[in-house]
Amino acid sequence: MKYIDEFRDLKLAKNLSAKIEKLARGRGRYNFMEVCGTHTNTFYRFGLAKLLPENIRLISGPGCPVCVTDASYIDSAITLAGSGDTIITTFGDMIKVPGSKSSLYRERAKGRNIRIVYSSLDALRIAEENPSKDVIFLGVGFETTAPTVAMAIIEAKKRRVRNFFVYSAHKLIPPAMTAILKDKNVALDGFILPAHVSSIIGADGYKFLKKFNIPGVIAGFEPLDMLQGILLLVMDVNSGKAGIVNEYNRVVHKRGNKRAQEVMQRIFAPCDSVWRGIGRIPKSGLAIRGEFSDFDAEKRFGVKKVKIPIDRRCLCGEVIKGVKLPEDCRLFRKVCTPDNPKGPCMVSSEGTCGIHFRYK
Amino acid sequence: MANITLAHGSGGRLMHELIRKKILGVYGNPVLNRMADAAVLELDKKRIAFTTDSFVVKPLIFKGGDIGKLAVCGTVNDLAVSGALPLYISCSLIIEEGLSEGLLMRFIASMKKEARTAGVEVVTGDIKVVEKGNCDGIFINTSGIGVVKYSRELSVRRIKPGDKVIINGTIADHGTAVMLARNDLGFKSGPKSDCASLNGLILMVLNKCSNVKFMRDPTRGGVAAVMNEIVEDAPFGIQLFEDKIPISKETASVCEILGIEPLQMANEGKVIAIVGPQDAGKALRIMKKHSLGRRGAIIGEVTKDFKGRVVLKTKVGGERIVDMPVLEVLPRIC
Repeated sequence: MKYIDEFRDLKLAKNLSAKIEKLARGRGRYNFMEVCGTHTNTFYRFGLAKLLPENIRLISGPGCPVCVTDASYIDSAITLAGSGDTIITTFGDMIKVPGSKSSLYRERAKGRNIRIVYSSLDALRIAEENPSKDVIFLGVGFETTAPTVAMAIIEAKKRRVRNFFVYSAHKLIPPAMTAILKDKNVALDGFILPAHVSSIIGADGYKFLKKFNIPGVIAGFEPLDMLQGILLLVMDVNSGKAGIVNEYNRVVHKRGNKRAQEVMQRIFAPCDSVWRGIGRIPKSGLAIRGEFSDFDAEKRFGVKKVKIPIDRRCLCGEVIKGVKLPEDCRLFRKVCTPDNPKGPCMVSSEGTCGIHFRYK
Repeated sequence: MANITLAHGSGGRLMHELIRKKILGVYGNPVLNRMADAAVLELDKKRIAFTTDSFVVKPLIFKGGDIGKLAVCGTVNDLAVSGALPLYISCSLIIEEGLSEGLLMRFIASMKKEARTAGVEVVTGDIKVVEKGNCDGIFINTSGIGVVKYSRELSVRRIKPGDKVIINGTIADHGTAVMLARNDLGFKSGPKSDCASLNGLILMVLNKCSNVKFMRDPTRGGVAAVMNEIVEDAPFGIQLFEDKIPISKETASVCEILGIEPLQMANEGKVIAIVGPQDAGKALRIMKKHSLGRRGAIIGEVTKDFKGRVVLKTKVGGERIVDMPVLEVLPRIC
């Protein structure tokens, strides 16, 4: 596949691996966080650990939107699915995520009308085809997804579709990174910054990192992108530089995608949001603005979120920050398993705890 | 007890556990406990293979086939990978009221056509009609019997380190085609199902290679599930080579976009053969001569390293575990 195979070249991968090994040799440990779940996926899918020296440690950050969705949101979505006049539409991997007692997957098995869609516009189409039902789209995702959902709301208004609603749990990446960096126990040496999110917010979206004096590389999702990103981070750490490097400049621009930013800002306003395993982070979520409340499932159906207490024994927050390992957690393997995950790192098959559970 | 979900029928870990831990506990007997695609039975000094399968595909018609064709191929292949010459099949139809007679006859004609291709005869059957809403248009159950011609046992027990893993062509085409048709994901084009009867190709290989040790058609759960079933409780592991695994450009593109693991996607016209090293090249050459084996390849080998695990050597020189699928394969969010 053109533009993909070129970024999976064995010889180039070996060259990059050798360069990283040479530059990192004899130095201490490098703790790099890949913020985005798709980078985590690339890292494990291509077995990149084998190509890196042992003193480079990759830590899976909070950038899997499904994993950081709070259990209370899933519980509310299940309540919404309870009415026979409702169709819940969701991205595929959301239906696996457990709430406090059940999951959308289990509820579908009980006969609830829960459908998988690939985009919010598909959900809008379902609403148009089923005028007698309330069609609720579970709006989960970061800056990458939010503009497309905003477009669906704009379209719904334009087409006067009155049975389409969005239950928004959208989240923003920079506030989550800030929260992680503000923790005085944090032990990170650099960030591999998310490719898709960066295409929206641009390299300028990470200006806040200056305050924390930590380097970041915006990297694409192909294995060579990631290896190149790691090489650049090692070079930055070795030379004491702490700027933002855009390795993914074939897609990401300095100021990002202005049109997507405008659409997102027109429909959503920042709000506080709860991240699974981490807790409440100020201004890290996106709520539907009042003028579009006709499409807001939370308001339309009076969703009451029941606060589910965070299990204090769960160390996912620390694992995400790179402070603890899954094995340090008392729940790991005993109470918390891939079939019954308690925190975000176990929810995703690509999360650190899930990986340790299966392979270590 | 928990409720059954779709994952219990998706060919992955949950289905495997349901069968091993629950059903075999009640029904277990020496033949069933082998969990082979077909039961090989000694009847009046003749070795007979017997198998059954139900087809509940949604949608009923997909690119490259329909439920009728699938119902014949699936049973023929289960017999063939057991070393049998498929001879007769049954056909039991569970029809939802409201199904058009025209559609029903299309599926019957598909079955007839595929049965002729595979050289089997439908010799018995049944029809039940259920109320609207009680099934998805039509469910088809087929059972089949065949005579086991191959003298050596095809069994995991014969597999040893050094054996090669061979597949007859591109992976993941059926699962990807059905996922696109089922989920209406807006793709204008996509792969065609590989749905085909493999008995001709398998017979050619078995007739000429005495060192074929095990065969299985990687249907639900895909190559990943079959590989993991082989290494489970075994004193060896399997190494797969990503750059050797055939995959069509169309299927690879769709899987990339949706974030789907092709190794976990269903196939309906593929066979995995574990062959001793002395016969592997020959088996591959024979496969490649057949129209259903042109893109065949040696994709891996049995190894004493990483016991009980399947490890993929990736295109960029990395290594990763290939796990048994757990839930249904679903498109990712981003």
